[in-house]
Amino acid sequence: MKSEVLITGIGPVCGLGLGIDEVWPKLVAGETAIAPMRAFDASGFDCGLASEVSEDFKIRNFVPKRYRKATKVMARDIELAVAAADLAAKDAGLDTAANSDASTSYPAQQVGCHIGAGHIAAEVNELTEALASSRKDDGSFDIQNWGGEGMTKLTPLWLLKYLPNMLACHVTIAHDLQGPSNTITCAEASGGLSMGESLRVIQRQQANACFCGGAESNLNPVCYIRQVYTGRVLTHNDNPESAVRPFDKQAGGMVVGEGGGILILESAESFAQRGGSNAYAKVSGFGSSQSINKAKGALEPAATGRGPMLAIQSALRDAQLQANDIDAVIATGIGHAAWDTADANALRAVFGDHLGSVPVLSTKASIGNCAAGANAIDLAIAAKALREQQWPKIINRDEPIDGLGVTQPSKLERVLVFTTGLGGQNTAAVLEKTI
Amino acid sequence: MTKRIVITGMGWITPLGHDLETVWSALLSGASGVDRTTHFEAETFPTNFSAQVKDYDYTQYVDDPTLHEGVSPNTRFALGAARQAWRMAGLDGFEKLDPARLGIYLGAGEGSPDFDNFVASNLAGWDDEAGSVDGKKWAAHAMQALTPIGEIGQEPNMPLAHLAMAFGAEGPAYNCLTACAASTQAIGEASEILRYGDADVMITGGTHSMIHPLGVTGFNRLTALSNRNDTPQTASRPFSADREGFVMGEGAGILILETLEHAQARGATPLAEIAGYGSTADAYRITDIHPEGRGGAAAMRQAIEKAGVSNDDIDYISAHGTGTKENDSIETKAIKAVFCQDDDTSKAPPVSSVKSMLGHLIAAAGACEAIVCALAIRDGKLPPTINYQTPDPALDLDYIPNASRDAKVDVCLSNSFGFGGQNDTLIIKRV
Repeated sequence: MKSEVLITGIGPVCGLGLGIDEVWPKLVAGETAIAPMRAFDASGFDCGLASEVSEDFKIRNFVPKRYRKATKVMARDIELAVAAADLAAKDAGLDTAANSDASTSYPAQQVGCHIGAGHIAAEVNELTEALASSRKDDGSFDIQNWGGEGMTKLTPLWLLKYLPNMLACHVTIAHDLQGPSNTITCAEASGGLSMGESLRVIQRQQANACFCGGAESNLNPVCYIRQVYTGRVLTHNDNPESAVRPFDKQAGGMVVGEGGGILILESAESFAQRGGSNAYAKVSGFGSSQSINKAKGALEPAATGRGPMLAIQSALRDAQLQANDIDAVIATGIGHAAWDTADANALRAVFGDHLGSVPVLSTKASIGNCAAGANAIDLAIAAKALREQQWPKIINRDEPIDGLGVTQPSKLERVLVFTTGLGGQNTAAVLEKTI
Repeated sequence: MTKRIVITGMGWITPLGHDLETVWSALLSGASGVDRTTHFEAETFPTNFSAQVKDYDYTQYVDDPTLHEGVSPNTRFALGAARQAWRMAGLDGFEKLDPARLGIYLGAGEGSPDFDNFVASNLAGWDDEAGSVDGKKWAAHAMQALTPIGEIGQEPNMPLAHLAMAFGAEGPAYNCLTACAASTQAIGEASEILRYGDADVMITGGTHSMIHPLGVTGFNRLTALSNRNDTPQTASRPFSADREGFVMGEGAGILILETLEHAQARGATPLAEIAGYGSTADAYRITDIHPEGRGGAAAMRQAIEKAGVSNDDIDYISAHGTGTKENDSIETKAIKAVFCQDDDTSKAPPVSSVKSMLGHLIAAAGACEAIVCALAIRDGKLPPTINYQTPDPALDLDYIPNASRDAKVDVCLSNSFGFGGQNDTLIIKRV
């Protein structure tokens, strides 16, 4: 007998705000956080737009006092995950070692942590300052000097700032979570795959609760060029607010965002036992798959949408539901024609004629592509929509591609959230209203 | 009724060779894969040696090399190891596999940076007066110097993407990167996906190389590596009193897993069973292992319990055994906490670390060690911990010093502990 698993807390951190109370009203109002980038001078690239977390964001405000020193070794990605985890735990009313001096909701061994991450780049100024100390007279790099002296300019803990598992490790330490823990690194699919792993861990009764989701910031030159090289990024800076146009015939490309989303998953029994009520949603089904597109070397989904289709079908099967049972969808929708076509074809294959009555939202129009954080934020948004019985505004879709018109759901009982990612991994989940 | 998960194919590309039996013989004979680093100019580095993969050509393992042009060493290693495992499992030409039921769960590390061009771009962007990198200058240089495959090829899910293309896998697809624990975790999670019923066959394991200037810099700054530059072959000395750091290795280990039912139905030979898997977090410090090894001990207990075996059933422990002061003493404590009631060390099974020979393959280490366990069961032989010359009074288990031995081996336990405190344990059992 599988345990019923609930989403009991959510902590999105993205360009629209810190925490669901800030993010939600802006999404409902159809606001976008896309604007010229502050993080670095991106004028050497065709597009310098981004969705950035507020300048007021201070990681110190999201860790317990005893853990403030550790914030010095947190890359931006880690900060986003740690903040999202803090917000999610508080949102769930979950007492942990980070937010409670007294007792905790569960024994530490009974709480797991699965947080997806990207390939974090070393901070370019910090690294280059050290590299610059090992130059020959002609200005070129002297590796012999580097091996002997140059590298000592880097702080001893330098490497630890950039290991992708440090998102989960810092969260487990701050909150004292000693249950199963993993770090999934599958680009945009990381958040959903991590949620799926937490779901299975709770279903097989290895934990009462899990922190799960993902976070990433690609707003530094080294990560940004990788995104540009995928061929998906917009090639202009015009009209930031309407620049990202998911499922619109004029879609020209994506904008890079930064963000993280952490969800608290709990078994229904555990949640009830600790006196919890009013969970956001139930996780009814989960699936994953791989797209194969040899022509593009896994850097773009095949136009047929077979990859995401398989993940969606698998999630529906797991939930023992049919496509007709789904009232609304949050899709990948990065706002690039080839990617959006794959999404659309997957949805057409699964939903058939029913697609016309199902609103398909992409949050990318508002918060850009937050990579490992993207799908986790989408899951948080879907959970909130189910609780609020309200659907965010679809923006920048004046000329919808076939079957993806702007509609409102007729009811909101079940939401499908799926994504396809760079490298071809796909993930899908069905969330269901609990009350 | 819980499904039984079995290994039906195994392959590896390692510093001691590129095929199953050659490497296994080398490990049993106590050979070292360690030598001077040649991948880059390492003479002046605090550590100038490593266990490198030698004379390896991945193109002989792939149907269409053009599909994988320019990929990073980790992807090349994975392609070779996976092809060996695939053949051994009898899946070459096996037509009845539904692609949507063929999944991949790797614990692959990131690809290697295009170091020279990356550094040149950084220096081109560097503004001495401002003390920072000028983004515009950086981009101008980088857009010329850095290539798409070189940059995107560093994403840690690229080995997974390339295996999926090579083998037509459209089922569940994951890559995890829990540092040094990654591929043990991948094997554990792959077995759980099969148990749940989301796939019929899983390709799993790991691949990694950090033998590049930034990788060595990172570990040298942490003072985690051995500095015995004069005697590289004896530098990796897990559990010895004079151990002083690990030796970097590189390579891949790939396994084919399926349910026993599925293996039997298609007439495949089950090589060993993945009977139990434990995953925990230390939740202690990012820089240190919990002093009592609480997370490691909990992972071992979890795996043993899930396997439905008792401590007495376990015949061999493949240790994480990195050769650092901290790991080996704490891992010993954790093993004793699990196995040695009243400090009775006779209750612990023999323990060895093949990292003494292969070096530390980081994300790929656990997969190679799982293969070692399956081969130990097959042949009734335990690989040694080489370079064990000076016993450490505090480390009082049987570490299989310096020479392999014959033994009854039915059940093995394999530990992998990641930097930052993620711990994973597998129980591998005779079918």
